[in-house]
Amino acid sequence: MIPRSFEYFAPRTLDEAVSLLGKLGQEAKILSGGQSLIPMMKLRLATPPYIIDINRIPDLNYITEQNGYLRIGALARESDFEVSPTIMSRYPILMDTTVVIADPLVRNQATACGNLAHGDPANDHPATMLALGALIIAVGPKGEREIPIGSFFTGLFTTALQPDEILREIKVPIPAPSSGGAYLKIKRKVGDYATAGVAVQITMNGAGVCQRAGVGLTNVGFIPLKAKGAEAFLTGKTLDEATIKQAAEIAAGEAQPIDDIRGSAEYKRDLVRVLTARALNRALKRANGGA
Amino acid sequence: MAKIGVKVKVNGVERAAEVEPRLLLVHFLRENLRLTGTHVGCDTSHCGACTVVLDGRAIKSCSVFAVQADGREILTVEGLEQDGKLHAIQEGFFQEHGLQCGFCTSGMLMTGYAFLKSNSNPTEDEIRHAISGNLCRCTGYVNIVKAYQYAAAKLREGGE
Amino acid sequence: MTTPKTPAEIGGMGHSVKRKEDPRFLRGQGTYVDDIVLPDMLYLDIVRSPYAHAAITNIDTSKALAIPGVLAVITGKDLAAYNLHWMPTLMSDTQMVLPVEKVMYQAQEVAAVLATERYIAADGADAVEIDYDPLPVLIDPKKALLPDAPVLRTDKPDKKDNHIWHWEWGDRAATDQAFRDAEVTVKEDIYIPRIHVSSIETCGCVAHFDKVRGKLTVWMTTQAPHAIRTVFALVAGHVGLAEHKIQIISPDIGGGFGGKVPVYPGYVIAVAASVLTGKPVKWIEDRMENIQADSFARDYHMTAELAGKKDGRLTALRIKTIADHGYTDAAANPSKFPAGLFHICTGSYDLKAAHVEVDGAYTNKPPGGIAYRCSFRVTEAVHAIERMADLMAHEIGMDAAEFRMKNFIKPEQFPYKSALGWEYDSGDYAAALRKAMDNLGYEELRKEQVEKRKRGELMGIGISSFTEIVGAGPSKHFDILGLKMFDSAEIRIHPTGKAIARFGTKSQGQGHETTYAQIVAEELGIPVDDVAVEEGDTDTAPYGLGTYASRSTPTAGAAGAIAARKIRDKAKKIAAYLLEAHEDDLEWEPGKFFVKGSPDRAKTIQDIALAAYTNHPQGMEAGLEAVSYYDPPNLTYPFGSYICVVDIDKGTGEVKVRRFMAVDDCGNIINPMIVEGQIHGGLTMGLGPALYEEIQYDDSGNILQGSFMNYLLPTAVETPNWETDKTCTPSPHHPLGAKGVGESATVGAPAAIVNAVVDALWHLGVRHIDIPITPPKVWKLLRDNGVTE
Repeated sequence: MIPRSFEYFAPRTLDEAVSLLGKLGQEAKILSGGQSLIPMMKLRLATPPYIIDINRIPDLNYITEQNGYLRIGALARESDFEVSPTIMSRYPILMDTTVVIADPLVRNQATACGNLAHGDPANDHPATMLALGALIIAVGPKGEREIPIGSFFTGLFTTALQPDEILREIKVPIPAPSSGGAYLKIKRKVGDYATAGVAVQITMNGAGVCQRAGVGLTNVGFIPLKAKGAEAFLTGKTLDEATIKQAAEIAAGEAQPIDDIRGSAEYKRDLVRVLTARALNRALKRANGGA
Repeated sequence: MAKIGVKVKVNGVERAAEVEPRLLLVHFLRENLRLTGTHVGCDTSHCGACTVVLDGRAIKSCSVFAVQADGREILTVEGLEQDGKLHAIQEGFFQEHGLQCGFCTSGMLMTGYAFLKSNSNPTEDEIRHAISGNLCRCTGYVNIVKAYQYAAAKLREGGE
Repeated sequence: MTTPKTPAEIGGMGHSVKRKEDPRFLRGQGTYVDDIVLPDMLYLDIVRSPYAHAAITNIDTSKALAIPGVLAVITGKDLAAYNLHWMPTLMSDTQMVLPVEKVMYQAQEVAAVLATERYIAADGADAVEIDYDPLPVLIDPKKALLPDAPVLRTDKPDKKDNHIWHWEWGDRAATDQAFRDAEVTVKEDIYIPRIHVSSIETCGCVAHFDKVRGKLTVWMTTQAPHAIRTVFALVAGHVGLAEHKIQIISPDIGGGFGGKVPVYPGYVIAVAASVLTGKPVKWIEDRMENIQADSFARDYHMTAELAGKKDGRLTALRIKTIADHGYTDAAANPSKFPAGLFHICTGSYDLKAAHVEVDGAYTNKPPGGIAYRCSFRVTEAVHAIERMADLMAHEIGMDAAEFRMKNFIKPEQFPYKSALGWEYDSGDYAAALRKAMDNLGYEELRKEQVEKRKRGELMGIGISSFTEIVGAGPSKHFDILGLKMFDSAEIRIHPTGKAIARFGTKSQGQGHETTYAQIVAEELGIPVDDVAVEEGDTDTAPYGLGTYASRSTPTAGAAGAIAARKIRDKAKKIAAYLLEAHEDDLEWEPGKFFVKGSPDRAKTIQDIALAAYTNHPQGMEAGLEAVSYYDPPNLTYPFGSYICVVDIDKGTGEVKVRRFMAVDDCGNIINPMIVEGQIHGGLTMGLGPALYEEIQYDDSGNILQGSFMNYLLPTAVETPNWETDKTCTPSPHHPLGAKGVGESATVGAPAAIVNAVVDALWHLGVRHIDIPITPPKVWKLLRDNGVTE
């Protein structure tokens, strides 16, 4: 329960942080929320010799709509989402997601950006960001770049971030009118990772036809999964019981679950089916103005 | 490893120390400051026995380094009582038998202190979710919910 | 019990007195073991085996010793020099403190690092390098009992197998005959998996050997400080520790539930380290160490059978069990009962014949068996009988409540001698069940169930009507390591009328500082606030066997009443002297003696106390105190009826407990608020094992739930709002008419939950589900039976 010793740095600017990261190399770890990193260090599963604490850097804690995007800063805490009027009124899918991450105490420290940067397929924001079609803003020694979320998750605990880059912001395209989304997660108890989780974000036209669909899957693969087949199936279709049922079956087929302590692969695959249908119904209700 | 100087305001008092970067905040409070009311109950950040309030937010002090608290303010269970008067949340736990062995209690109190500042009339469901990061093996939570409700009512009435 | 006999200002039995222990806990001023800091204190951290069974081929301590601040690394060879590497268990088996040749369970202690600081000790433990040669692992007790299984206890030269003991009870011939004659029989394999009690405070100690005084003081997370002291004196007598020079202090304990009864190697190593260095040594285990190495509970593989008539009358019970004990028998059962009080399994029913047999097996797992609020295997017994009763009821198509009513022991049959030899002191089972049914609206719920079933919705109602058996116990049958299971109270009244009362038990959250004071208040009329209660310091407390198995009120509580009555007897003599009256002319009301017919001629207990020191009669000793070592004439038998309502999600397999009504009867209640709290907590410790908690091992002996990541304790969100009520059937033999209650809810609840789930799925062909009933298990049963969303 005691971490190994390390050298600690607390830069005051993002440039300083990036420069430190470059100087110290691959073994340095960024500390933001620390709610994944510090527990791993306490078990000595992670033993970084250098820790770069970015919590002192000002102006990184924002959740704000600007220029067509919802912009989420690196230090926006999960609990900030829970009290954000923007999230409450306009992004219920993000509210769904944040409230099922860990527990309220962890959420006071944990950051949504950290939830993505960790590259853990068991984290919840990845599926939702995949469904929303988000963009990741990474800042490195050569400046900033935009990484589409679809290319962000490359392997288990691996993202497209270079070792000398910091995830500075998530940009979520503001959904068009008649959009709705939902995130549903089945877990063994509060605080657990998902046995399976499904994020759905749809945009409807006025006539009950789905114009755009995003479907993300949590913890049923080595990386957070985008259920492209289900998305393609839903696009252009009238959303009724039959199409929803079929979309759910397609999404279940796209999951790549394994047997583990949370359940068999078969069980998880069926959960994806059940949750996709439930999430689609919820998203549809919200797209039509409901809750 | 070289030690780093930290200055933290704890329960209204400025405290300073030289600490290893790896020193967990919970150990800093318990061992450097001898405030042993905050407890360690697990090693995977599940139990919440270590909960303190850092700059107004309830956090697990086992999952924060002491150096991260430099220049910031912490409230621990020892800081709840003011001028010999128990805080409403403490009074609630006393009146409603919200504690048995007492080991999870400081965490429950600190979570409650922060929670009731932002939710003055919580439903039972909201309370249960608010304490879902704090494990208890003795009480079965029923009376902890009642303690929170008692405290909320007292705070609404203007009590402290 | 109706209205309290004392007014609220005195606070005797029946008053929900607010707790005297709360002020310090509310302020964070408790003194738990890890709060204790002594000058020059050293820290101990333990290196543990990654293997479940392996020979130790090399221990390299050089890197650890090279770390500044690491003072020593203690191994089995070091302890062997003092013959401290093995020690007896509480069941007269033997256990390793530190191994010399091989390890026998994953996470077994292998070496201990002593350092100047906690963090350095952790670095030291990380730096010890140990080489192992893995040996074949036995995880399945059934495999361990096969004739060709490798023998695990190679330390026992005459041991040729892994069979620990065979124990049986009851009339086998009569039972077998009853089964042959039965009109209906049901049989089921019931496995209750290993679970771990996980009190929020882990185990630990601060051992301080004072070289100058030759005295060892150990602050320890223990539920039984005196027994520990005696064990230490016996085990370490040869290195110079004598019982009068050992002090065990059990300070504030953050939950015990049975997990803080055993003597863990960490304690012994810390004591040895302190004796060797002359400095205080602190050892506090991490949560993962606690879960992976400390005493577990359950792990019973049962095959249970019930016989009866078609009209629903039960006739006989037969249970065969394999008990997985881990690598040694270190369960803290009373010595005559290696399977604890399992033979309470005829339960609340008037069964004419029964036979049970249990075979203990060694496996490559940590030792234990009863460390989880179970009253010495009563959870297992109740789970078996309540599952089987429900199974029989469903099988013959009778309502589960009606079935129980038909078979309950009737009030007029008490004291009731069960087919397995227990004499139940008192009970009214039908009244408790009726109350639970009425409170819940049972008949309406059954109607709702029928309607829901037509619509394909899954709703279940489950009942558990249990009889508990607590208060171990009468010296004729009950001892632990030969120490009889009496308990004690020592009460002294001061000149100014205040009292100090010390007991041989040790609260870990049960509120003895309040409830024992209430007993004194009840008997002597001294206000609760004027009675100081102490437990846990072996230098001052009278000898007792500690607190576990819900024994405190039945034994030490009784001792408190008896001691108080002895004081009252002496007080009466003093009162007679002061009032110049004859003893026979005096009457008592709480707090005073008065002359019959002249109530103004009275002396309060405070007057009497002062007189005991300033004006006592000639020929009488001064002072006003008494001691009682109480040998209970029988156990006490609390009981209850629990009804659980569940709804099952067809899509996910999740079980939601919609309502849970618990009606408990523990006889006369000292503090209703505290009893209710015990029920709430106990129910939650029934919910956990029923739906969430389980310890499993893979074939290599690796634990699958080694931390709170996978060992799932219910939070306030998983836990329903428990509904409680009570009936009161006093114990005829207990001085206060009270019974124990701390474990009733944990004992009774799991069966109610399982019965509810099986009831919900019965029409699909489901007959039994082993706990924990997880969503994947339910999902599989649903899909296999054609039910989906």
